[in-house]
Amino acid sequence: MRKINYIIISILFSFLFIILYSSLDNERIYNTKDLIGKKISQVEINLFQSNETINTEEFINNEFTILNFWASWCAPCRKEHPNLVRLSKIKNIKLVGVNIKDNVESAKSFLKENGNPFDILAEDKNGKNSVNFGVYGIPETILIDSELKILKKYIGPLNIKDVNEIRKLVKK
Amino acid sequence: MKTIINILLLFFFITSESHANENLNNKILKNLRCLVCQGQTVQDSNSEFALIIKSVVKDKIKEGNSEKEIYQFLSEKFGDWILLNPPFKKNSYLLWFLPYLLFILGIILLFFLLKKPKIRSKE
Repeated sequence: MRKINYIIISILFSFLFIILYSSLDNERIYNTKDLIGKKISQVEINLFQSNETINTEEFINNEFTILNFWASWCAPCRKEHPNLVRLSKIKNIKLVGVNIKDNVESAKSFLKENGNPFDILAEDKNGKNSVNFGVYGIPETILIDSELKILKKYIGPLNIKDVNEIRKLVKK
Repeated sequence: MKTIINILLLFFFITSESHANENLNNKILKNLRCLVCQGQTVQDSNSEFALIIKSVVKDKIKEGNSEKEIYQFLSEKFGDWILLNPPFKKNSYLLWFLPYLLFILGIILLFFLLKKPKIRSKE
């Protein structure tokens, strides 16, 4: 009888050990792995300081599209801006900037000061539209292909490594 | 008289509906994880992210979306991580069944531990 008890206790302990040990490697912070390969939503985005809108469906015409969510009040956005300028030089990428919850004049002077790398400049005045793209903080950058599938999503400012990675991803 | 009753009925209908919407809103927000906070729900947080999600959920309820549809929408956008109640999927079978499995194993263990050996009692 004791043998059975020992067996059950050892099974329980080894089971718990495996569970706890395997969970050591589990990431406890949000990552965007689940979003890769998914299609972005077909939504209308307001163009910056205009009554016109652009539908994300129109990105089908681009070989690759980069959606960058930024604001002039966001310090990391200022840091990543030179990298966006670098990306704007890649011919098969259309760069779409979505200005979030920003003061219009500040946004304009930000672009005047740092250069405007965006092919299309859009805005999201209350931040609600950005939820459609799974944006939860800025800056965030989404690289999509012509099928509107997410190839990569970057949370936080883009660095030179990210730029090189994007270069590789869009290389024919 | 009829008009007054109609007005009262309309008033009752509007207030009861808004109350139901508010309850649903609170229920949903309590089940959403604030992605930029440490262990807080969207309901408990006042972060920029939580405020936007609160507003989006409110809009979705107004548009007539069901609780399930709202969870599905947010999980599509942010992944299942935003849901505090993980969905029943292939990779979460263990998570759902583990407590029951441990409970059954515990009962079996207790049964064997509490069962007195017959041979000893005869002695």
